[in-house]
Formats: sequence, structure tokens, C-alpha cells
Amino acid sequence: MTSFFQLTSPAVARRAFLGKSALVLSGSAVALLAGRDVLAAKSGKSTAADVRILNTALGAELEAIAAYQVGAESGLLEKPVLALAVQFQGHHKEHADVLASTIEKLGGKAVAAKSKYQFPVESLKNQADVLRFAAGLEKGAVSAYLGAVPLFANRDLSKAAASILGDEAMHWAVLRNALGENPVPSAFVA
Amino acid sequence: MLEGALLLAALAAGDAKAGEAVYSRCLACHSLAYHRTGPKHCGLFGRRAGDAPGFEEYSAAMKRSKLVWNEKTLDRFLENPMKAVPGTTMTYAGVQDAKERADLIAYLKQEGKCPAS
Repeated sequence: MTSFFQLTSPAVARRAFLGKSALVLSGSAVALLAGRDVLAAKSGKSTAADVRILNTALGAELEAIAAYQVGAESGLLEKPVLALAVQFQGHHKEHADVLASTIEKLGGKAVAAKSKYQFPVESLKNQADVLRFAAGLEKGAVSAYLGAVPLFANRDLSKAAASILGDEAMHWAVLRNALGENPVPSAFVA
Repeated sequence: MLEGALLLAALAAGDAKAGEAVYSRCLACHSLAYHRTGPKHCGLFGRRAGDAPGFEEYSAAMKRSKLVWNEKTLDRFLENPMKAVPGTTMTYAGVQDAKERADLIAYLKQEGKCPAS
């Protein structure tokens, strides 16, 4: 499992070199290898706060995975749209994996998926309804990450959160486009 | 001074329609009708913080905050959640713009009635 802070590493070659062997290293070893000594410390109030931010993000990612599952199983999506939904769900799974991994490497306990999620399934009558629902979640995710980026004590985590924000924004734009709406309605997100 | 009072009155009123757009920022974690990563928002006004029936994921900090949600407490919390309730799991920088907060609160107030069960 890749860790969240590995995403921030500029050393792509080093990451390639480490390859799968990095997966079996301890969290602190990975942090040190990545040149992130501060992450290896994994203690203190600021780290606890960072873990809390990561866990909130993880909770939302797990819910997004469940939401896409509802969409995928709805029978309302045409094949290419279904493929897109499954691809986006895969991204959320990747986000969740690195968030959980990072939380644990920082000494925290990653939240688990809820046993049951509640979604407005009664209002999903056609493909556009599903797309609109997903677009709303993705827009919310963009805002949530935007609201989290400045909060991290560790700037590497901010950078990594911004990386996820970019992915969520692309999802949002593609979903809007599929709905026939302006994919990029403004120059800034909020 | 009169200008300031008028501005305050405008902020206090809030525009629920504009607030709906602000609320779209909350949709990764919240909805009006359902508990999600965060608690649902219907029935919010007058509710004690950390006390929405059926939502189990509150932070200890929120539960012991002793806040009761109204325009004033929401305004303070939404401006900077982590400062207003240190330890909250609503790890969000906040809505810094006072007008946006007023609009959001107006929307929550307008839409915040839970459907009869």
C-alpha cells in the first residue's frame, strides 16, 4: 500500500527503485527514506490534529466509494458512463488506501467504512439523477479538501491533499460535462 | 454607524438561495436528510451540539462543547470550526466570508425542518 506522503515525493525514480519493497517497510522507515523525518516522529499535538484531518477525509472517501457502488449497481448507467463511474470509484479507493496507510504510519487509527450508508436512492430515477448526485458529492469533496489543505501542520500532507483535490475537481468537471453542463463553471473553486 | 447597522442587519437576514450554493461545499460530508460522514442538518436549530439522534461519530470535543445551535453559535463555528471546537472532526478551514455564512445559515434555517416520520 502506498502511503499518502509518498505521493509528495519528487523522487519518482527513487520511488520506482523502491518499488514493492517499500510496501513492507515500517511507516517510520518510509518517512525517513522519503526524506520526511518529521513524519517519522509521529507524535505531538500537531500530528494528532493532522491525523484527525486525514481521518475525516478518509471517512468521506469511504462514503464516496459506497455512493459510486450504489450508482454502479443502479442499472441506470449506460455502459461508457458506468465505466467512468467505476474508474472514479477506483480513484476514491486509491485515496482511501493512502489515507488509511498514512494515518497508521502517523500512529493513528484509521476509521473503518460504516456498515451501512444512506443515500437518496428514491430520487435516483435515471442516469442524469445519478450523475447529478455524484457531481454534488465530487463538488463537496473539492470544497472539503480545499478546506483541509491549509490546516495540516505538515505541509507535505497539504501538498498531497491538494493532489487529491485536483483529482476530485476533474471528476466533478467530467460529471458536469456528461450532464451537458459547463464543465468548468468558474475560474476558482470554493 | 448607521451604515454598519444596516450591514449587520443584511448579514443577519441572509439569503437562503445564495446559501444553497454555499451549502454545496458541505455535500462531501453532510446532507439535510441523512446522516453521512457528518450528521444531518435537518432539525439543527435548537439542537445541542453532538446530539443528533442516530449519529454516533461525534468527537468527544463536540459532545462536551455544550453548544446549542442557533444563528450565533453557527456563525462562530462555521467561521473556524477547529478554533470554535478544538478537537472537532469537522476539519475544515471554515467559511471566512460573513455574508456567505449568513446566507448558509439562512439556507439551513429554511431547509432545516426534518420531514415528519
